[in-house]
Amino acid sequence: MRKIRGLKRQLLAGPYLVWIAAFTLLPLMVILYYAFTTTSGHPTLLNVTSIFASVHFKSLLLSLELAFLCTAACLLLSYPLALALSSLKTKRQGFIVFIFILPMWMNFMLRILAWKMLLSNNGVINMVLEAVGLPALDVMNTPFAVVFCMIYDFLPFMALPIYNSMSRIDKGILEAAQDLGAGRATTFFRIILPLTAPGAVSGTIMVFVPALTSFAISDLLGGGKVLLIGNVIEQAFIQEYNWNLGSGLSLVLMVFVIASMALMNSRGDEGGVGIC
Amino acid sequence: MLKKLYKLYLVLIFLFLYLPIGVLIVLSFNDSKSKVQWGGFTLKWYGSLFSSESILEAFWMTIFISLGSALIATVIGTLAALGADAMKKRGQAFLIGAANIPLLNADIVTGISLMLLFVRFTRLGMNTVLLAHITFNIPYVILNVMPKLKQESRTTYEAALDLGATPLYAFFKITWPQILPGVLSGFLMAMTMSLDDFSVTYFTKGAGVNTLSTMIYTEMRKGIRPEMYALSTLLFLIALTLLLIMNFGPSAKEKEKS
Repeated sequence: MRKIRGLKRQLLAGPYLVWIAAFTLLPLMVILYYAFTTTSGHPTLLNVTSIFASVHFKSLLLSLELAFLCTAACLLLSYPLALALSSLKTKRQGFIVFIFILPMWMNFMLRILAWKMLLSNNGVINMVLEAVGLPALDVMNTPFAVVFCMIYDFLPFMALPIYNSMSRIDKGILEAAQDLGAGRATTFFRIILPLTAPGAVSGTIMVFVPALTSFAISDLLGGGKVLLIGNVIEQAFIQEYNWNLGSGLSLVLMVFVIASMALMNSRGDEGGVGIC
Repeated sequence: MLKKLYKLYLVLIFLFLYLPIGVLIVLSFNDSKSKVQWGGFTLKWYGSLFSSESILEAFWMTIFISLGSALIATVIGTLAALGADAMKKRGQAFLIGAANIPLLNADIVTGISLMLLFVRFTRLGMNTVLLAHITFNIPYVILNVMPKLKQESRTTYEAALDLGATPLYAFFKITWPQILPGVLSGFLMAMTMSLDDFSVTYFTKGAGVNTLSTMIYTEMRKGIRPEMYALSTLLFLIALTLLLIMNFGPSAKEKEKS
């Protein structure tokens, strides 16, 4: 009797299984097909190996570099932020955390627009600098502007998981460490850092992957001069109509995403060991 | 001493987060053709915002796509979670693994792979955007409902069945109230993701179809109209109100009590 009930209930997943087949697995097949064929439909490896063409390879390296920079900056900014937030009185904490989440709810494009207004050559920052007699900044259309905006966009994805795992730490452990003579630095490196590692790992994935694959930020703040791998793929599809090349490069990008996640997940397990 | 440093740091991060938004809000009241020169206070950009057909169209399109895709994704995702709950370990692992694909994959790849599929069967337009959004929304619903199902006491449901309740009756009397918070947060998360999406929409939309994200993108490439600042200010206020209600409204108070 119970078995029949269970079987019937399993059928509820039916619509989703159909959906997975149609809109998750099939699209991946299609992208594989395009990636390994020429425009006339003959099998080829050239679309995938063209990642080694100097232009493509350069943009892949730049993407990796900027994604690393962005992730590192987010990590460095998030730890003091999480420490500062959890040092607040619990009553006010909820509201202040809320203030730090709010900008995340602004549309992604509008946040880019805001930075464009600030950083552009006749933008707000330069106007202020000019008014106080300092030389103007010329950061627009440089990788610097792109990384800056990425940090702004993705910081909450790093700060929130770290803050969450930090607020779950038993205060008793911290007090015990202090009673046993550990200084602030020791407490941080021996207790807080290992206990927040899972949060830092999920934060790193949530920052690194979008930073590596984004094309809108570099397009709008790089002025066509900062070519990330995402831009190369987008141009292959939208401007050159070379779907085979675009698919091949997308496949390479996917491999990088999967590899970085596998790497982080194995680290995450190590970090998770020894908590209990 | 340390407390003071912490406070200073919070203020600095606060400025970093809000300065850009503040600039947009100030510019929305700026009566000047040039971008950053202050030309006096005006509300005219708000007026022309509401008379601009392209902006209003993109606004309603965004609302339609995000509400519609979140609703459909909530139905399919909740059903899938219920089904997965009854499955053996292997079935569950497959389902959750598949749910993770659009969640972890790069947006640009999700968008491109869906576009490549869509153009084989149909023309890109509003429907393809809707289908794409449902696809990346379902996993968020499943991930929010599954934990609630795991907490649910199975014995109460079984007892209801043994006492003669029909499965449907037992479901709505016992299971549904317990998973409802998960269903709601899944719906809200799906809607947020859909509202904020740019990459997937960009690749799956047809010509002439625009959500706010894709419209702002095109505008920014051409040069920005001041109406965009007015739009950002309004969207910021909407986000503020929604989050305030969700965090400090009557339902949040109830949650704290229980």
